Amino acid sequence: MKKHWPWILTALFVFEVLFALRPRVDKDGAFHTGAFGRLPVLLGGRQQPLDSVARNNLLIIRGTATVPLEGNAADGSWGAWEDIADKGGLTERKWYQFSKRPKKLKSIEWLLEVFARPDDADGRYIFRIHHPELLGELELEDKGVDRAGLRYYAFAQLSPHLGHVESEARTISGVDNERRTPYQKAVMDLFRGLQLYIKLKNSVRPQMFVDDTAHIFSPPNAALSGDAEAHQHADGQYSYQEIAPMIPKIREQAMSVPRDDEAQQSAYGSFLGRVRAYEGLKAVWRDEWRTDYTAELRDFEAVLKPGFEAVTKQQSGQEFDRTAFERVVSFGERYVHMANLAHPMMIPPADSTKPVEDWANVGKALMDSIREGSIPSPVMRYAEMMTAYARKDVEGFNKAVTVYSGELKQRLPDSVRKGGEEYAFNQFSAFKRAMMIYLAGLILTLFFWLRMSENLRRAGMQLVVLALVVHTVGLIWRMYLERRPPVTNLYSSAIFVGWGAAVLGVILERIHRNGIGTVTAAGIGYITLIIAHHLSMDGDTMEMMRAVLDTNFWLATHVTIITLGYAATFLAGFLGIVYIVRGLLTPSLNNETARSLAGMVYGIVCFATLFSFVGTVLGGLWADWSWGRFWGWDPKENGALMIVIWNAIILHLKWGGMIRERGLMNCAVIGNIVTAFSWFGVNMLGIGLHSYGFMDAAFRWLAIFSLTQLALVALGTVPLQYWFSVKRGILSPPGYKPAAS
Amino acid sequence: MLASIFKFFTSLKLTVVCLCMSLVVVFFGTMAQDPLGLYIAQERFFHSFFIDWASLKAAIEKTLQMVDVYVAAPTTGADVLAAPRIPVFPGGYLLGSILLINLIVTHYSRFKFSWPKAGIFLTHIGIVLLLVGQLFTDVFSSESSMRLSVGESRNYAEDFRKNELVLIDGSSAEHDVTTSIPQSRLRKGAVIEHASLPFKLRVLEYWGNADFTGESKPGYTKVDADKGFGPKIFVKGLPPVTAMDGRDMPGIVLEAFTDSGSLGRWFSAVGFSPRQVIEAGGKEYQVALRIKRYYTPYSLTLVEARHDKYKGTEIPRNFSSVVRVKNSESGEDREVKIFMNNPLRYQGKTYYQYQMAADEMMLRQGERPTSTFQVVENPSWLAPYLACVIVGLGLLYQFGLHLKKFFVRKAKA
Repeated sequence: MKKHWPWILTALFVFEVLFALRPRVDKDGAFHTGAFGRLPVLLGGRQQPLDSVARNNLLIIRGTATVPLEGNAADGSWGAWEDIADKGGLTERKWYQFSKRPKKLKSIEWLLEVFARPDDADGRYIFRIHHPELLGELELEDKGVDRAGLRYYAFAQLSPHLGHVESEARTISGVDNERRTPYQKAVMDLFRGLQLYIKLKNSVRPQMFVDDTAHIFSPPNAALSGDAEAHQHADGQYSYQEIAPMIPKIREQAMSVPRDDEAQQSAYGSFLGRVRAYEGLKAVWRDEWRTDYTAELRDFEAVLKPGFEAVTKQQSGQEFDRTAFERVVSFGERYVHMANLAHPMMIPPADSTKPVEDWANVGKALMDSIREGSIPSPVMRYAEMMTAYARKDVEGFNKAVTVYSGELKQRLPDSVRKGGEEYAFNQFSAFKRAMMIYLAGLILTLFFWLRMSENLRRAGMQLVVLALVVHTVGLIWRMYLERRPPVTNLYSSAIFVGWGAAVLGVILERIHRNGIGTVTAAGIGYITLIIAHHLSMDGDTMEMMRAVLDTNFWLATHVTIITLGYAATFLAGFLGIVYIVRGLLTPSLNNETARSLAGMVYGIVCFATLFSFVGTVLGGLWADWSWGRFWGWDPKENGALMIVIWNAIILHLKWGGMIRERGLMNCAVIGNIVTAFSWFGVNMLGIGLHSYGFMDAAFRWLAIFSLTQLALVALGTVPLQYWFSVKRGILSPPGYKPAAS
Repeated sequence: MLASIFKFFTSLKLTVVCLCMSLVVVFFGTMAQDPLGLYIAQERFFHSFFIDWASLKAAIEKTLQMVDVYVAAPTTGADVLAAPRIPVFPGGYLLGSILLINLIVTHYSRFKFSWPKAGIFLTHIGIVLLLVGQLFTDVFSSESSMRLSVGESRNYAEDFRKNELVLIDGSSAEHDVTTSIPQSRLRKGAVIEHASLPFKLRVLEYWGNADFTGESKPGYTKVDADKGFGPKIFVKGLPPVTAMDGRDMPGIVLEAFTDSGSLGRWFSAVGFSPRQVIEAGGKEYQVALRIKRYYTPYSLTLVEARHDKYKGTEIPRNFSSVVRVKNSESGEDREVKIFMNNPLRYQGKTYYQYQMAADEMMLRQGERPTSTFQVVENPSWLAPYLACVIVGLGLLYQFGLHLKKFFVRKAKA
């Protein structure tokens, strides 16, 4: 038994992985959110399942893949947010509250809520704000939900400030991204999140409802001043009841606004436009629509024919049916507004022979139906789903989803298959899974160094191999979904760097069998996947390739090879760290291990030189092929060149006998700085032809990383007589002569 | 003495020191690109023997800014151009040359060919080829651009930075006789004469970069010219442009004179389009300061320019231009499509899709789309391809050998 426990442990993990791979089937009697999540839509120029839309947008807005529904109140009580909200001081589950398992909304459930139950969705704590000044300005300091210093707010809390945030954002958008202050960046982030949320809300269903007491109008400030009757609201939002008596006066004022005063013109214009749309809606409104989107669309369908006739006649100057005309125009205004806001295009082309350009958003499809005379069936199906979900009618929802996916399968089999494949990829979340297994392997192997039990080493290595398999599955799956080589953006480069380093690490472990390969493979695999996870918060990680990069040949050669060069340089640096830390701080680095480490670093540096040189020159050849110049001193080119030069320096130092074992290790650690700079640093400069992976604010992290590496090098240069392993007499690097004692 | 110089140049320490210094140069040369612009940064760090203090200061300041250190008045491109060039660090050319000498001398003196070292030898040959090839490219290649709007034809490309002063004698029915004076000759006070011109020219005023206008505005002075359209023009000198895709627009005031006296004073500038002529010897000479042109015996006509985006996004999907190539010498007349990663190679020149103005917005406003091609002529384009293969093979061979040795040793142990 004792001998076999590594196998048993690995088998458990394998079982978990296989279990995660099982096909997901929705439970009977519950909403079939899985089937809903598989439905294909068009967003960012590519077809993707709604599940991806939900995940990516929730990640952008909230930074997490789920929305917790429960937590702690200030008095320590635990419950659903809406029950404990009045107690204030809300916090999410603290890390030590192991017994608490808060209910959570999956991203797809959240998206459904946004689509179908906007009132519920408005109460979810999803907007992240942590800039104290901004919180102060919006008077939100003691509201919202706290998690480790981050604060989350609900749309309902923020909506009174929409106008303010928008006008701030408009000012800031004139400032260069790099020159923005942290406050300005926080405002822009919030604004972008709010905008995205509003767009999502308007993607399936119009969001304007008739309610004369709802505060949904913001008249121009100039129109309110001096009006004693108007009850002044701090947030500038008024109900129809309140503004109705003022409207004629405001219309009059609008006429006298000077033509060149654009701000005033647009303030009056948008307010009066909204009033007109609202009044138009009031004329056709039935209260049933509030919960029954299908009923609304049926009413709309009924006016299509007479309405279209009236419109055509009116345009050609003939007698026309005024009621039908006004009705159809009221509907039209409602849907145009929606068409302008909508985010994903939900309505597919009629069949698979039509181009991808024929996808449309719901608002646009409804507008088009005025001309066509009927509403396309996908719109009706989505309306049925939304109505059923709003009424918590499980059966109705599931039926609508089933019918719609059946119809789609007939019309667009490819889109449906793609949606299903990407959905399964999302569900498996290979990279997150691999990350956890790397961590487990890392911990076991570190224990092996302390306890020196061969079983621990074997268990660690088996887990890392398993993690690598999962990592590889994810990588290949992603390549299959994208029909692209592995590296297409900064996110995927992180995944590939980790993969390359892990492969090399596992090979080293097979050769040397001393845990070092495992530790480095697991360490780099884990860290790079965390980096990838953070990069994924910028949105869709499988976005379409810009025209310049749209070539699988160069992506497969130049990008892949140079990324392997990065991976190898990091691996060498990591091995150097292992040498320094173990030799200086622990009594565990013996001569045998030290020699094998030196051999590994030397071999990996050779590999890195080859790959970074060939990769860099291939990049030049690509540039020559597509821009007509081999080398242009572009920042990314320079970064790659620096890696090549640094590796060449290490090799020459080694061959010239200017460094030996310890020097080699210190040099390899410096390689980490050079590689990190050329991988991320040059993207942060925001200049050059390669600034496709532009990131801001992260340069400071790069500087901190560089300082830690320099600190390690400083440790590496501590005189050998102070090294723990040397003092124990197990380590004597070449050329070291212990002082006679 | 000679022996010690020789020893200095064959030292491996020299190699390492030079490589380390190149690392520094590449790093600061990269950082300098934001404040100085690519062109100046390239000139001052890589295409120079020494880096001057002002440029290095700009690079250091940018580095500090990146780690959130406040810099009061960061050095700009204009500051660098105005500052005296105080050399403080070896530049790209110097380091490159030393490394090249170091490499060649070392191989010549010390290196005995043997199979175990064949990889090193091959690698170094490849690197020499790469460096020399780049030097050739620097010297012999030319880059220019051709901007066409739909329907327009041209038989010349324009330089990215250089300008020329031209005098065109259109009296011949068959072809114009153009006298071109390079920008480098245009300095205030310079006198220009040429056998094809019946008069001499004196440069009265020269602005390296200038803006001009037809009405008096603050900061603008009236041009001191008495012929052509010059007398109506007001001009203002501007600092040199440092942005990567910007360019200087010089202006000039010229006096034409013969032995018998002055013919008058003319103003011209790049972007100043009205036709102006100098009359002398019974002929008319059109005078203009313009972007330097490279003529070709064939012409290109833009037939179509497209800028496609992915549906519902701003991500460019494709930039493509259809051009008609017309060559009266060979009688060729055909249509070619140029798009990203797919240039037109014709008579030693390569036309790359470079810029495009064919936005939906523009088209809706009824403007004609334009497309700009980068035109490159590079006789040594093959060198890096070869070098890549040679170095790759060399490294592969050498490291393969190490690996083999390692496994043999491991098997014995």
